[in-house]
Amino acid sequence: MPFDWMKIPYALLTLFIVFNFGMLLNALIQKIGARVGRRYGVPIWQNYADLIKNYGLRSSITHGVMYYLGPVFRLTGGVGLLLFVPTIYGSEMFSNLSFAGDLILALYFVFFGTLGMALGAGESGHPNAAIGITRGLSQVTAAELPFALAVFSVALQYQTFSITDIVAVQQAGFTSWTLFTNPLAVAAAMLSFLGSMMRPPFDVVLAPQEIPIGPPTEYHSSYLALMQTNRAIFPIAKIVLYMSLFFGGAASWPVFFLKVFAIYMVSVLVGVAFPRFRVEQSIRWFLIWAVPLGVLSIVLV
Amino acid sequence: MKVELESRIVEGPEVVGVEPALDLQGKALPAVQPGAYSRTVTLMPRAELERRMVKGPDGVEFEVEPLRDYYCEAGPTVMPAAYLKIVEDLFNWARSRSIWILGFGTGCGAIEMRPLMTPRFDAYRFGIQWRPTPRQANLFVISGYLSVKTLKRAIRCYEQMQNPKYVVGLGSCTINGGMYWDSYNTIKRLDDYLPVDVYIAGCMPRPEALLQGFEDLKKLIRAGKAEGANQYAERFDWYKANQKQIIHDWDMPDYNW
Amino acid sequence: MRELYARLKERCALGELTQQRPNLGFVTLPREQLRQALTHLRDSEGYTHLVLLTAVDWLEDGQFQLTYLLSHRTQGRDFGLRVLIPRMDAEMDSIHDLWPTAATYQRELREMFGIQFPGSPGVNDDFILEGWTGMPPYRRDFDTKRFSEENYNHRPGRETRDPTTYMKQQLYPGGL
Repeated sequence: MPFDWMKIPYALLTLFIVFNFGMLLNALIQKIGARVGRRYGVPIWQNYADLIKNYGLRSSITHGVMYYLGPVFRLTGGVGLLLFVPTIYGSEMFSNLSFAGDLILALYFVFFGTLGMALGAGESGHPNAAIGITRGLSQVTAAELPFALAVFSVALQYQTFSITDIVAVQQAGFTSWTLFTNPLAVAAAMLSFLGSMMRPPFDVVLAPQEIPIGPPTEYHSSYLALMQTNRAIFPIAKIVLYMSLFFGGAASWPVFFLKVFAIYMVSVLVGVAFPRFRVEQSIRWFLIWAVPLGVLSIVLV
Repeated sequence: MKVELESRIVEGPEVVGVEPALDLQGKALPAVQPGAYSRTVTLMPRAELERRMVKGPDGVEFEVEPLRDYYCEAGPTVMPAAYLKIVEDLFNWARSRSIWILGFGTGCGAIEMRPLMTPRFDAYRFGIQWRPTPRQANLFVISGYLSVKTLKRAIRCYEQMQNPKYVVGLGSCTINGGMYWDSYNTIKRLDDYLPVDVYIAGCMPRPEALLQGFEDLKKLIRAGKAEGANQYAERFDWYKANQKQIIHDWDMPDYNW
Repeated sequence: MRELYARLKERCALGELTQQRPNLGFVTLPREQLRQALTHLRDSEGYTHLVLLTAVDWLEDGQFQLTYLLSHRTQGRDFGLRVLIPRMDAEMDSIHDLWPTAATYQRELREMFGIQFPGSPGVNDDFILEGWTGMPPYRRDFDTKRFSEENYNHRPGRETRDPTTYMKQQLYPGGL
């Protein structure tokens, strides 16, 4: 297959749109959370100010190579996930680098950033970071399990590992979405989604009041800014994956924005309504409620 | 830095030439005998800072002197602003719009910061938020009186913050000692020990006053005048001398970044 | 409270009972009998909680008064035992084996008043005053104002007003 060089600027354009959308969406979500608490909330461009400030800090300290690579891996996870999933179905410009076996790769990228973070935070030498990453990895692993089961269920259902093909089957109309054809898998995946969006009730790993903010304890300046960039890209990339697998994908940008916002809101609504779980509670919750759903969905397919 | 391990006799209070202490009725109290309270004080550095032998994972034993080997001895340096003025202006705008406060309540004034998070005052709308680690914070609010013990921790935290960093002294105690002006254990001038950008007077200042103080700090940052970190680096020796004058058990490196 | 005093008096040489409230009383006793009284109160009378251990500096008498305040949790009663010890080379027996929390109080008293408690765990560690080498600051002959002026930099321009006269001037400028 000849490589189409035009894909690179297209991919960068996707990245640019998704990054800005993510920055604004994150601020909007923060604002919604604040309004629930009867606060006015942050300005919509607050994340840009934070990002520029962190890039603009004059000094930074490194603790070693892995410490530096941690945020880089994390960003790679986000960007990679985004680029290997067709952002807009049927568009030559925004299908990016998706190919036949991309579902497996996407699963890997979902986990990649956390692993990179584990190495980086471990090298920072701060005990809180090490404790935080242990808690984070246990929780993310428990949360990823139902998602992986759901993905295999979907792959079995459509007999393919190509996300583009999966989206193509769902284009016939509402009723052909995986949401309706395989509701159990979607349910398992959505429970896992709550766990991996780093919002309450499963954000105990990153919550500022907990073991001071866990893995990123030692991260600052540009390192933190890289992670903030990823915070804008990664949730969107993850939602794009969900949207493609379960909710019929998006054929144009307006539909994309709408669907991403709606899926994000699921975790927000749950988050503002429920208090935080402790790590062992959330692991137990995933294993008791989400994993059986995933297993059941595979069995039924 | 060398930790002195010594044992010395500490004399009681000096009584020569001092007026006899008076009790509440104005009666002279019995004079204190010189050396009456003498006691032997052994200045022991903390155990983890002592020189010791460590066995590495490969089985080789080597000697470690923690203060020298685990910490870097380099002092702070003056960090220049961005080369282009327009870039520095952009950075200053972002810094003023994104003030991250270190969540370290050093005194009673910290209680006045809590209301700022509540719906009534909601400092988040001004881009102010609290961070739990000094690495990510830009603003250190010295909230009220600072005892010598806390000052030591405050210095460590301040030095771990990254370069454009600001200090706000909250309450009268940071300015001239406030109601603790004759205390045996609190400092009276914060700016002798850390470079302060803004003082907020009051005992305690109300949350509105705090917000006003933060607005003033923002104006300083926007104008590029809040260069406390560079000032600290320039006059490092002076600040260190002041700090060491009152912190007697200095068992940490000179610069704890 | 009276009955308790009577029962305790059979065992120890007690001073007079000072009853502050119906449920709060203090009694003074000699140093040698403190441990016996504390043990009896804790094990037989139900005063199981050591509320505080503090000291008062009676400079004129040359004595320190140590107060051991015990609490009866179910009856809601407090009983204080007072012991007077000489101020010079003050030393007291540790009671950390009766209440482990006492070790912390004794550490504080050692630092703030200079009362030695031999055998108490960690009693010579710094508590609040790190690296303090001078006279313990809670002793009444310690001049805290002078110490502060000598040790901490002062910012000039501070005014001190007597609240009574100042408020009179503010409220009634023409005089009363």
